[in-house]
Amino acid sequence: MDFRLTKEEALFQKMCREFALNEVEPIAAEIDEQERYPEETVQKLMKYGLMGIQFPKEVGGSGGNYICYSIAIEEMSRVCGTTGGIMSAHGTLGAWPIYAFGTEEQKEKWLRPLIEPKEGAKIGAFGLTEPNAGTDSAAQQTVAVKQPDGSYIMNGTKVFITGGGRADTYVVFAMTDKTKGNKGISAFIVDKDDPGFSIGKIEHKMGIRGSQTAELIFEDVHLPADRLLGKENGGFKIAMMTLDGGRIGIASQALGIAQGALDKAIQYMKERVQFGKTLDKFQGLQWMVADMYTNIEAARLLVRRAAFNHDVGLPFTKEAAMAKLYASEVAMDVTTKCVQIYGGYGYIREYPMERMMRDAKITEIYEGTSQVQRMVIAGQVLR
Amino acid sequence: MAEFNNTNLADFSGVWVFCEQRQGKLQPTVLELISEARKLADDMGVEVCGLLLGGKGVGDSMAKELGAYGADKVLVCENDLLETYTTDAYAKVICDTVMDKKPEIMLIAATNIGRDLGPRCAARLHTGLTADCTHLDVDVEKYAAFLQEASTLPQAQIDALDRADRNLKMTRPAFGGHLMATIICPRFRPQMATVRPGVLKKGEYDEAKANAVVVEKIEAQLSDADIQTKVLEVVKEAKELVDLTGADVVVSVGRGISKDVETGIKLAEELAGLFGGVVGGSRAAIDSGWLTADHQVGQTGKTVHPKLYVALGISGAIQHKAGMQDSECIVAVNKSDSAPIFDVADYGICGDLFKVVPMMIEAIKAAQASK
Amino acid sequence: MKAIVCVKQVPDTSGKVAVNPDGTLNRASMETITNPDDLNAVEAALKLKDETGCKVVVVTMGPPPAEGMLRELIARGADEGVLVSAREFGGSDTFATSQILAAAVNKIGLEDDDIVFCGRQAIDGDTAQVGSQIAEKLHIPQISYAADIKKEGNTVTVKRMLEDGYMTIQCQTPCLLTCIKELNAPRYMSLGGIMDCYSKPVTVYDYNTLKDDPLIDPTTIGLKGSPTNIFKSFTPPQKGQGKMLEGADKATCETLAAELLKKHII
Repeated sequence: MDFRLTKEEALFQKMCREFALNEVEPIAAEIDEQERYPEETVQKLMKYGLMGIQFPKEVGGSGGNYICYSIAIEEMSRVCGTTGGIMSAHGTLGAWPIYAFGTEEQKEKWLRPLIEPKEGAKIGAFGLTEPNAGTDSAAQQTVAVKQPDGSYIMNGTKVFITGGGRADTYVVFAMTDKTKGNKGISAFIVDKDDPGFSIGKIEHKMGIRGSQTAELIFEDVHLPADRLLGKENGGFKIAMMTLDGGRIGIASQALGIAQGALDKAIQYMKERVQFGKTLDKFQGLQWMVADMYTNIEAARLLVRRAAFNHDVGLPFTKEAAMAKLYASEVAMDVTTKCVQIYGGYGYIREYPMERMMRDAKITEIYEGTSQVQRMVIAGQVLR
Repeated sequence: MAEFNNTNLADFSGVWVFCEQRQGKLQPTVLELISEARKLADDMGVEVCGLLLGGKGVGDSMAKELGAYGADKVLVCENDLLETYTTDAYAKVICDTVMDKKPEIMLIAATNIGRDLGPRCAARLHTGLTADCTHLDVDVEKYAAFLQEASTLPQAQIDALDRADRNLKMTRPAFGGHLMATIICPRFRPQMATVRPGVLKKGEYDEAKANAVVVEKIEAQLSDADIQTKVLEVVKEAKELVDLTGADVVVSVGRGISKDVETGIKLAEELAGLFGGVVGGSRAAIDSGWLTADHQVGQTGKTVHPKLYVALGISGAIQHKAGMQDSECIVAVNKSDSAPIFDVADYGICGDLFKVVPMMIEAIKAAQASK
Repeated sequence: MKAIVCVKQVPDTSGKVAVNPDGTLNRASMETITNPDDLNAVEAALKLKDETGCKVVVVTMGPPPAEGMLRELIARGADEGVLVSAREFGGSDTFATSQILAAAVNKIGLEDDDIVFCGRQAIDGDTAQVGSQIAEKLHIPQISYAADIKKEGNTVTVKRMLEDGYMTIQCQTPCLLTCIKELNAPRYMSLGGIMDCYSKPVTVYDYNTLKDDPLIDPTTIGLKGSPTNIFKSFTPPQKGQGKMLEGADKATCETLAAELLKKHII
């Protein structure tokens, strides 16, 4: 039993922290205000291999582990929830299913360009959610009809797709056998330039406003047979396993947002004077800090544990769900309290606190709401 | 070189100043050094000697001026190979001359050239060099008086100084000015220091002394083979605008300029310009669109710690103070005498900035001219 | 061909600087970082490596924990590290430090097409002396304040900054360049570099490793071999509460100007 990071992981954390402070934090407020995708940051992340951390070098990745990946998302999210979210969606949802379920040819053609450490690499996204199929993903209405030549014609609409419009490569789920419900869903690789594929509405969001979220529209999109990811009708399993890993990413994002908010609040408490003393001298606030710190540390242990299980090949469905459930609720609680500590300054946009609170909220919702996490955990525990 | 014994301290006498010139123009800071050398030499009862290196004819124009500010003698070495500064040529001539004539103290201005040259010479001469000094003393009584003013040392420690000590006491800031250190070089001569430009005071021009200066020409033992670098070009250009965080002087404006934004910014620019500084702004000034975001000083802008920070019409909200309160010296002008900016200001002036700043500019110009 | 980079681990003076009551620095309470200008020197060397495939060796003198800094620089792309560390070297001033570092460069082996890179100056002492002094001890040309560097064959062309402009200077390798922050933007560590950095060589040079170099002599190294000594170190008086100047007229401004003059700000 050893709770410490390895020397390499600790050094990687330091590198991510420097990167976050120098490259990410300076534009965090601006991209939120302008709802602007931080393309310049993403290019730098690509250059340093931070968009392919957890993939082996043989397939084009950086050769790190899931702990490193989690650390990177946490560090970026400490200063900018948007950036952490972009890294999470790309890595766990866009790239990972191709890595886990793709053929060698698919990995070479579609995965490598997503995770290569160089500027101008591609971005991946994941299309599962539909207007009428959110938590109930089996209610898919997008269909892919198999043609005599083995190819597919896809029709339908996806919503709330993180990276939609910006991404180059999409893993999209569609019904290939409507009669079978969950067991009739298949996964496909869709290229942004495929004829018939278009981007619909770009959403205006409460938080993570720099990460583009869009509607995907498929009108008679012709997908050759080699676009099928995994087995036909095997898509539901791919989606669920992908989301298991994705939850570690979102949990890391939530953890980072919480830690970042508390760091700033502590700094503020040491500077802000009321009634002749700095805020950190008030016991009522001290206790808030103690609780927040403890909860964040507990969340970190859950997140690291889930990532560790992922790394060593142990089951992590329950662990990832617990990490995401707990870390996202801590993030919401901590950012709300930190806004309170800042008082009026917390509520205005000049300071980062209200942004962090808005960013925190999404972590309780996407890649499975807190309610879904509880379903998953209960399902595992009561099995 | 092996025969140069610089541990026999009694062999060494005189205070020397390296008189840096560029393209035939004496660097103004040299006169500060000459004036300071004069004071030191008077305390020691020795001569001040300027060491002037350059191309043909360089000595004619400058020797008198050096004399006027306190040089008893100027050693002039004119040689085509010295026309443009190269580390190798200058270091060779200086070291050869020092070995020959054995000065006790050698001062060099801490310019980019001085800080290139000084270490090379000190290493060759096997002596100590103290970088970027801001205060020099030989006389212990004067040093003790300096410590009383500029240090937090207990009086007992100051009283305990050995009054007979004749070493050059070279004081300089360290760790970004958080600490001061006084350095000595007790076993080797010459005692060498580079001196920060603009810190020591230039004395009065004295026509009689200018006429009395002794010029001694020296020959350089120098050939092309001694110079390992080749200067392809020397380009003069105005200094580019430095960014806020690197600036020595920042003049910031806030909501107080609202009644005439254009004039307010112009005044700030003019004031900053007197010091080669830059203009910054509070959040209010940036949000109002008076200045672009890269000018913002404060918690959500840039954190600065210049030598001088001037806050014009800035009330001093915590967000602003967090970005500038570690400045070495803060001057604030504000209409309200209860503005929180005055809590962190070294000098506060309660008044209308549009009236005060023009007077301030005049007063500073006058003070600069008096130097 | 090699690029040898001299680096220093320094207390981070950009944050809070803690000073002991006796006027010395409370180093224990401060973070240590790689000296900022030295990162520009490392970057210059790594750029050279990108272009030519040359080897980059980072060398530092300091206590054993400085190895951590060398590992980080290897994670940025350097090939190996040299830690010069011995009790005998402690207390060295710039003169003595340059003796030791020059001996270390000799030990690494300075070849005809090598370049030694240094940062302009370290933020703890701000002396900017060690680079030039190493060059003198190695009898090689130096170009300080480098803002642009080009190498073609064994010819190095450097834009050397002055206060009022710049010079373009050329020299032959081996040579020593001191680098300023305008030269480049240092890269970050890379994940691959981090994974490999603990398996790459960091060699410790102690007194015995270097003692046969003529530069290493008890009279020229360490506290005893340093020509300069600290006579006194002290903290300047704490900033007072500040004062409101009387009035807001010409006389007020003249008072202010006089104060600024006294403080050497004018």
